[in-house]
Amino acid sequence: MNCMTRLFAIIQKEVRQLLRDRLTFAMIVGIPMMQIILFGYAINTDVRHLRGAVADESGTQLSRELVDAVQASQVLDMTRRARDAAELEQLLRVGEIDVGVYIPRDFERRLQQADRPAAQLLVDGSDPVLVGTARGLTGMTLRNVTATPVEPQGALFEVRNYYNPERRSAVFVVPGLIGVILTMTMVLFTAVAIVRERERGNLEMLITTPVKSAELMLGKILPYVLIGIIQVTLIMGLGLIIFHVPVNGTVLDVYLASLLFIAANLSLGLVISTAVQNQFQAMQMTFFFFMPSILLSGFMFPFDGMPRPAQLFAELLPLTHFVRLIRGIMLRGAGLFELIPEMRALLIFMVVTLTLATLRFRKRLD
Amino acid sequence: MPNDLAISTHNLTRRFGALTAVDHVNLSIPRRSIYGFLGPNGSGKSTTIRMLCGLLTPSEGTAVVLGRTMPDDAEALKHEIGYMTQRFSLYEDLTVHENLEFIAQIYCLPRNVRSPRIVEQLDTYNLAEQSKQRAGTLSGGQRQRLALAAATLHKPQLLFLDEPTSAVDPQSRRDFWETLFRLVEQGTTILVSTHYMDEAERCHGLAILDRGVVVADGSPRALMAGIDATVIEVEGVEASAVRDALLHIPEVFSVTQLGVRLRVLVDKALADPLPPVQDALRTAGVTVDAHITHPSLEDVFVSATRGRYQKEPA
Repeated sequence: MNCMTRLFAIIQKEVRQLLRDRLTFAMIVGIPMMQIILFGYAINTDVRHLRGAVADESGTQLSRELVDAVQASQVLDMTRRARDAAELEQLLRVGEIDVGVYIPRDFERRLQQADRPAAQLLVDGSDPVLVGTARGLTGMTLRNVTATPVEPQGALFEVRNYYNPERRSAVFVVPGLIGVILTMTMVLFTAVAIVRERERGNLEMLITTPVKSAELMLGKILPYVLIGIIQVTLIMGLGLIIFHVPVNGTVLDVYLASLLFIAANLSLGLVISTAVQNQFQAMQMTFFFFMPSILLSGFMFPFDGMPRPAQLFAELLPLTHFVRLIRGIMLRGAGLFELIPEMRALLIFMVVTLTLATLRFRKRLD
Repeated sequence: MPNDLAISTHNLTRRFGALTAVDHVNLSIPRRSIYGFLGPNGSGKSTTIRMLCGLLTPSEGTAVVLGRTMPDDAEALKHEIGYMTQRFSLYEDLTVHENLEFIAQIYCLPRNVRSPRIVEQLDTYNLAEQSKQRAGTLSGGQRQRLALAAATLHKPQLLFLDEPTSAVDPQSRRDFWETLFRLVEQGTTILVSTHYMDEAERCHGLAILDRGVVVADGSPRALMAGIDATVIEVEGVEASAVRDALLHIPEVFSVTQLGVRLRVLVDKALADPLPPVQDALRTAGVTVDAHITHPSLEDVFVSATRGRYQKEPA
């Protein structure tokens, strides 16, 4: 005997419990708000105002112009002056400066010799982002600032930055953040929701009623699909309002991709719920899955820079595919049909985990 | 199988690995009666009930419940049974009314029946005032009434109660049993597991379980009448003073202190047990009154399980 009332009853009950559990409810809204502000403001790969020092042993008009030019780029703030290279090294070591500019005694002569660099940047290599930024300085020429005729070395390439011309980190971070937040909340909430039912003994009562396991699982995850959609809307809205993150593709595509991703994560949450005994273990398992997701998905570090085994592993994580999807849609304005392989990967992940969850859940009743 | 049986099992057995939790249990439980499972924790009461509900598959043997073969017909049976778990298993963060509404929907009661039935249950179980209160804030007795109201909401023919009164006070327990008898009058069959003797005594029929085996069954009265022992009551003496002397008689198998009295159980094999007991007391140096008395259900329990414990190495 089948009846829709049962499914509706479980959904209604779940929503009631959710609205009464203030902590969970606060997390649903609180986590996206907190993260978008943290990630949007604090994480910035476009580094400016590094602390710098200069050791100008040359002391010429030209060397002073070089220092001014570096200063003007805003990349470095020349907070200190050093006597020589050794003092620069000392400042670097104790962490007072991030970058040292060393201008040797024979600076002007070196400038004429195209085969030798005229000056040196001493960079704190313990932070790769700093190295990258300092490297940017090497592209600088003295063409505009010097009166002395210096043969400028023309650049071989000019970079045209598509999709994020101002190189703002938020534009890059916010779409991926949708995926990160959904991974965290969706997996955790479903896992906890079902484990809680077992922990509090409700399941013992439910299995003696005519409720079917499919109804129970569906009824428990459907409310979370809605919550996921609310979170997507919230992050997209805040991204647009606070950080002017554009949605270059269609909003419908964003929601469709998110729905698939939500479903994949909810299925994973179900698998976790069948494997653990209590809410604490559910949280641990979720975290165990969350860490590699955030590190390997390409959300934080470029996928292309990872070694092959890490890349293969990352392909198994739904977040990897979603980050590609959502950046494609929101930033590059791609349509879903252009991103079929990522959609397919998410779909496979969902089917596999859902099958696993259903099989394991059945077993649990005997 | 005769139609007036609610439950009948034949050699019902369940093993968990090396452990045999339920060992060849044969039951015939008539309709419209309260049948009790009496036994200590781990005697197989809950496992048996779970097999009868179709939640566990028997390792061996058969069970026919309300004319349906378990566990094949378990899904259909679920509409006809109610189950009250040992631990409160409704939702503590939902109100009394919401809980009942949820259960009504789960059993797919028709929409027009649902509300009046919930009101009726709230009234029957004296919960109308708590209707809007969250279940988590109810007292032990109120929770128990709510659990029973939920388990009987869909008017089941058969009700399973797994140690239902372990968390309530004596008055609530009395009221609870009054309710059970009312349900039986209305045609319900009730199977209740307990480890309280006074509760077991109220049942129409009773099976004493010990480590998965039914060691005795029948009505409480018949069980007490058919006890395989004579009960001797000794007044005004400490057990420690005379226990060794009494247990020295081969037929004495139990000496229990009840306040200022001792209950001495002597095997029926000894036709006239009073003189040897009085001799033993005199030898121990006490002169107190000893007389034969009526057996209680607890005596039946001790008597029925005795051989099984003596076999165990100490």
